[in-house]
Amino acid sequence: MSFRSVIAVLGVLAVVGLLVFGLAIKGSSGLATGDPVPTSALPRLEGSGSGSLADYRGRWVLVNFWASWCPPCRAEASALENFQRKHGGPRFAVVGIDSRDLSADGQEFVDEFGLSYPQLRDGDGDVAHDFGTTGLPESFLVDPAGRLRLHTPGAVDEEYLSEEVAPFLPGAKS
Amino acid sequence: MNARVLLAAALALALLTPGAAAAERASLNEIEKQVMCPVCGTLLQLAESPQAQRERVFINHLIDEGKTEAEVKDALVAEYGDEVLALPPDSGFSLSAYVVPIAALLIAAVALAIGVLRWRRAGGGPDGGGAAPAGPSKRDAERLDADLARYDL
Repeated sequence: MSFRSVIAVLGVLAVVGLLVFGLAIKGSSGLATGDPVPTSALPRLEGSGSGSLADYRGRWVLVNFWASWCPPCRAEASALENFQRKHGGPRFAVVGIDSRDLSADGQEFVDEFGLSYPQLRDGDGDVAHDFGTTGLPESFLVDPAGRLRLHTPGAVDEEYLSEEVAPFLPGAKS
Repeated sequence: MNARVLLAAALALALLTPGAAAAERASLNEIEKQVMCPVCGTLLQLAESPQAQRERVFINHLIDEGKTEAEVKDALVAEYGDEVLALPPDSGFSLSAYVVPIAALLIAAVALAIGVLRWRRAGGGPDGGGAAPAGPSKRDAERLDADLARYDL
């Protein structure tokens, strides 16, 4: 193979590589049931330090992506808080992830609805993207092994939580 | 005494020059052209979503606090990450957004120049001394002459 051919092949490979890289970092990466969920560390919305879904291994977790500017998120907040109060404990927790939101607005939202469950902050939306969210709010039920069991796009309410989520939980009092 | 008068005059001039203060003062209109609405994926200037409205309120609040344009953009990056900037920062991996297109253009220009030089050396160019185009064959020339003679007015 001549020198020119090698250069041409390398050029083509470079262009294809750039295209693949672009698609890989921009493409959606939606999760399927049974897939392990992302465990990137995120800053806590309240106070300092960071947290990760890996901290909840051994517990069922309902991960809820929300933002203060999202009206359906406001509509579902009380239902999630009630569900956490009813089922939260050593075997289950709701974890909120405030996505693409101003931290002060997110904090105000938490105070307004009296949310007692842990809140993480995903300011650039990267983790929401890794979960494959297409909007807000979205909820993901994660089993104790860190695998996705149920995905709910859109707002949840008391009825949905007790009929669709509670049956997964050990010793659920639905 | 003279030094004091000069100093006072210089200070007064600085305070009265509108351009000096305006250059430092951030404006929502200018910042909106340089940052994104992260949810909409468009310039904030073009966005009307609830998130964009909150972003504008945030920017106005910082402007009212006397923050400069750079400080406002830094605060936005702290909230939303680098992707909030319409133009990526010129450092780290983001620098490749500027370097790669320029390098690609340079490589393409060099490759084109080498190609043209080789083509001309091979006689492909207008002055390359290549073979002159062949004329019509003898048979075609005879037919052409006959046709011209037939239709000659």
